[in-house]
Amino acid sequence: MPKVVLAGMSARRFTGGETEFEVEADTVRRMIAELDRRFPGLGHQIDEGMAVAIDGEIFQDAYQAELKPDSEIVLIPKIGGG
Amino acid sequence: MAYDGESLKVVGTRPIRPDGVEKVVGRANFGADMVMPGMLWGKVKRSPHAHARIKSIKTDKALKHPGVKAVVTAADFPEIASEEAFMGEGPMNFRDLSYNCMARGKVLYDGHAVAAVAATSQAIAEEALDLIEVDYEVLPHVIDVEDAMKPGAPVLHDDLFTQGVEPKPSAPSNIAKRITFTKGDAAAGFKDAEVIIERSYTSQPVHQAYIEPHACIVSAGNDGQCTVWSSSQGQFMVRAYCAKLLGLDMASIRAIPAEIGGGFGGKTLVYLEPVALALSKMTGRPVKIVMSREEVFRGTGPAAGGVYEVKLGAKKDGHIVAAELTVKLQAGAFPGSPVGPACMCGLAMYDIPNVSIVGYDVVSNRPKVAAYRAPGAPNSTFGTESCIDELARELNMDSLRLREINAARDGTKAAHGPTWANIGYEKTLQVARGSEHLATKLGPNQGRGIASGFWFNIGGESSAAVHINEDGTATVVEGNPDIGGSRASMAMMAAEVLGIPYEQVRPVVADTASIGFSFLTGGSRVTFATGMAVTQAAEKVVVDLKKRAAMIWDISPEAVDWKDGKAYPAGPNAGSFEPLSLQEIALKSGRTGGPISAEITVNAQGAGAGFATHICDVEIDKETGYVKILRYTAIQDCGRAIHPSYVEGQIQGGVTQGIGWALNEEYVYDKNGRLDNAGFLDYRIPVASDLPMIDAVIVEVPNPRHPFGVRGVGEVPIVPPMAAVANAVADAIGVRMRDLPLSPPKMRAAIDENEPPRKMAAE
Repeated sequence: MPKVVLAGMSARRFTGGETEFEVEADTVRRMIAELDRRFPGLGHQIDEGMAVAIDGEIFQDAYQAELKPDSEIVLIPKIGGG
Repeated sequence: MAYDGESLKVVGTRPIRPDGVEKVVGRANFGADMVMPGMLWGKVKRSPHAHARIKSIKTDKALKHPGVKAVVTAADFPEIASEEAFMGEGPMNFRDLSYNCMARGKVLYDGHAVAAVAATSQAIAEEALDLIEVDYEVLPHVIDVEDAMKPGAPVLHDDLFTQGVEPKPSAPSNIAKRITFTKGDAAAGFKDAEVIIERSYTSQPVHQAYIEPHACIVSAGNDGQCTVWSSSQGQFMVRAYCAKLLGLDMASIRAIPAEIGGGFGGKTLVYLEPVALALSKMTGRPVKIVMSREEVFRGTGPAAGGVYEVKLGAKKDGHIVAAELTVKLQAGAFPGSPVGPACMCGLAMYDIPNVSIVGYDVVSNRPKVAAYRAPGAPNSTFGTESCIDELARELNMDSLRLREINAARDGTKAAHGPTWANIGYEKTLQVARGSEHLATKLGPNQGRGIASGFWFNIGGESSAAVHINEDGTATVVEGNPDIGGSRASMAMMAAEVLGIPYEQVRPVVADTASIGFSFLTGGSRVTFATGMAVTQAAEKVVVDLKKRAAMIWDISPEAVDWKDGKAYPAGPNAGSFEPLSLQEIALKSGRTGGPISAEITVNAQGAGAGFATHICDVEIDKETGYVKILRYTAIQDCGRAIHPSYVEGQIQGGVTQGIGWALNEEYVYDKNGRLDNAGFLDYRIPVASDLPMIDAVIVEVPNPRHPFGVRGVGEVPIVPPMAAVANAVADAIGVRMRDLPLSPPKMRAAIDENEPPRKMAAE
């Protein structure tokens, strides 16, 4: 199952301090839904304020992005720029 | 599909930009160039206080002034509830955005807008500003970031409680947020270290210093339809923010992008457009507002400044085993500094097993910060890359060697979490190592500094259309203002796919009613994301062109090849036909199915990370404290340069702005918190005569996510210069300067402190 890591502290208030989870999901949308089911409010936090790094590549607002069974997913603050 | 670098005919060449002539001869229409019949002039009244309660605003005298048609204050805007969203270029609270456009209840910085007038001339509007009476209760203010964090500091917002700390604070403060990132065990790592170095660095907020001030003209019709012409980094951003701040439907607003005279992140917010729209709705006439340079400095967002505490632990062989980074970043009057990227970028260049990073987002009585190239990254990187240089000196090691030993590479787990893939940082170090610049010898009072930097780059939502015209030329329509030559890049990618000359493709930046949504121009995203949309639209057109040729030849579309702008039979079995050019197919398009065009929307993902390494030589005039940049080489992984000249231009521009940040730029406030240097005479940005030619060296490690291998380019170049310059100064005079800018007075003080007093001639 894909492994999800919360990199920063801001989302840990939803997880009781837990930072690593295995999630049964093959897309980012399903991952977010599953995390929100386990930790209510975390889904909204990811939707509104976080980027998803999948095996080192950064995805933002990408429900359709695919996850492999051995994917490493890191949740980081959303990125803008100048 | 991916395009092979060897076979490219247009991509990688250096044609003239399509907007170049109009700009050179002064005919391009910028924000202030637009005029309309019956137009009124708007002006904004601004606070003279850094922090004050607004007891009352009386507008009756101004309204009675002949020629004045309307006055607006915050009371004329809908009161918006606090609502956080990630819009524009970072976290956004619409209530704060509204309050920033027009103060409500309190003013939070010198220059904060409190009212605006619309009048028949600029002079009358100016006169009316003086007739608006604002009664203030002046409050204590705070400018400095660390002062703002102290207990007992004047608090800007009664409802601001620090996020990210447990338990939730019981009292409000100026610290909006605390964030952390950890990797491994930093405390254990430092126990294992043989050399530990701990330093603190500061940099000042600096303005993006775009040459064109903010300007707009807005017309609200009697039918409720509104049109906004303005200079911004995103017409869709302008439309969304105006709609939100005035409670309008987006469909009732058409935002038309003007040419933009520089943005660099500073035009990813609105200041004037909602105000002009409110005035236009009130008067039923078009309203034009143009900021003065003083207003730009006093009323619009600078980049954040801050304090960066860095601790590095290493083995004597140069392997860094632990790092700590604390970032205290100025947000200005409202929360939202780029503290997240600052924390994530500062150490991203290195493979360090144990890292602890803490960041603070801090408000103070300054204008709300706005994005500026790679927001946050130059700040923290000034600290970390200066400290890397100090560690190298402590280890008696060449600092480039220290970077080579610890460089992040594919498979390295970054301190902020992700595992790097397809990155070109080591390549930039290799090019630096082999550069002729590094081999040249330095003279007296000269020094050399090296620094590296990282920026994420982003993708996101973009729309583009490719239309084939009846004569076989093509029009490319995009939704992103061109702030760095992107029209040329779009045309080149379309020309490459279609197989026609660049000159036969005309790129157009369209308004919000003429192309699908496109996220704003920023984050180094346009050539990557909008370029992806253009490429896919052109590919879709090629599929159609093959179908049309097949129809003319009466064969299967699968039996048609497309090459060099012509349709060919795929092989002998397809039949024997003379090639059909795009022009010939276009001419018959009416008979083969109608107009040939395609529009594509994408949400581009996987923008490749950008890394750079810079080498800077300086010479110090010990009499005056002047730091002369002798030579500067910027080496950057750009994925693939679509138009190398414009990539080099981005690199040179970013470096120049970084040098200004390092050497001269800062806001000077008086004891009352009023800005003393709101103009380019007193706020010194580098000009051409200050600098040598910046040597831009393009490294190409293609990004596999983009059909041409593109990575973002425009932001990384501003990340290393502050540390590169400071490291060069330290090398030249043997004194470490940790507080920017390295202006002549500070340089003189540092030189005097470290050199024995010279004997006077008479002694």
